[in-house]
Amino acid sequence: MGSQPRSGPPHRREGGGGGGGGGRRFSRRRKVCRFCVDKADHIDYKDIRTLSHFIPERGKILPSRISGVCAPHQRRLMRAIKQARNIAFLPFGSEA
Amino acid sequence: MRIYETIFILKPDLPEEEAGNFVTQMEGVVTSTGGTLQKTDRMGRRRLAYKIQKYHEGEYVLLVSEAGPATVLEVERRLKVAEPVLKYMTVRTDEHLKRIAKKQRERAKRSARKKPRQSAQSAESAASPA
Repeated sequence: MGSQPRSGPPHRREGGGGGGGGGRRFSRRRKVCRFCVDKADHIDYKDIRTLSHFIPERGKILPSRISGVCAPHQRRLMRAIKQARNIAFLPFGSEA
Repeated sequence: MRIYETIFILKPDLPEEEAGNFVTQMEGVVTSTGGTLQKTDRMGRRRLAYKIQKYHEGEYVLLVSEAGPATVLEVERRLKVAEPVLKYMTVRTDEHLKRIAKKQRERAKRSARKKPRQSAQSAESAASPA
C-alpha cells in the first residue's frame, strides 16, 4: 500500500473545486516555471525579493512539485538560496 | 583571471568613517595583489536573517573583482582576522557569466533565424493573392 506508482501530480483540492465529486478533477491548471517564463539565465543569491517567494514560513526550500519550477532552475535556485543563507540574507530555519 | 564576488558584513556599530576606511583598505588589498576592482557596492544596513555574534543588523559590502586565486586568499585572510567583520563569502562568477553570455548568444541566433522565415512567409502570402 505504501508504494503507489507515480501517476502524475497528486490530486490536491484547490479553492474552487471544493466538494466536486465525479471525474471532474482533471482540469487543474498546469504549473509553469516562472524562471522559464521570465527567461532568467541566472538566479542571484543577492536577489532576496525573488528568493523569498520560494521560502515558506519555516525557512525551508519550497519543493518544485509545489512551485512548479523546472528541474534545471530548481537546482540553480537551490544554490542561490544556500548561498543567501550563508551570508544571512535568508534564515537557515525558523527564527527561534 | 577569474571574476569573484566577495561579500562581507560589517558590524552595525562601526563608525561611518572607520567603515569607509576598512572598505578602501580591502580595495587596496585587491589591487595590490594583482587584481582589478570592477565594482564596490556598499549595500547598506540590513537586518540579518539570524544573529551573528549577538548582532541583529549588519552593513553589507560587495566587492566585484577580476583577480587570481592569490588575491582571494589574501582578502579572505584579511577578512577573517579583521575585527569589524561579522561574516564574509566569496563566490566565483566568471563561469556563470560565461554561461549566461552563451545562452544569450544562442537566443539571439535563434531569433535571428526565425525572423527571415517569418518575412519569407509573409512575402509568400503577399505574393499569392496577386
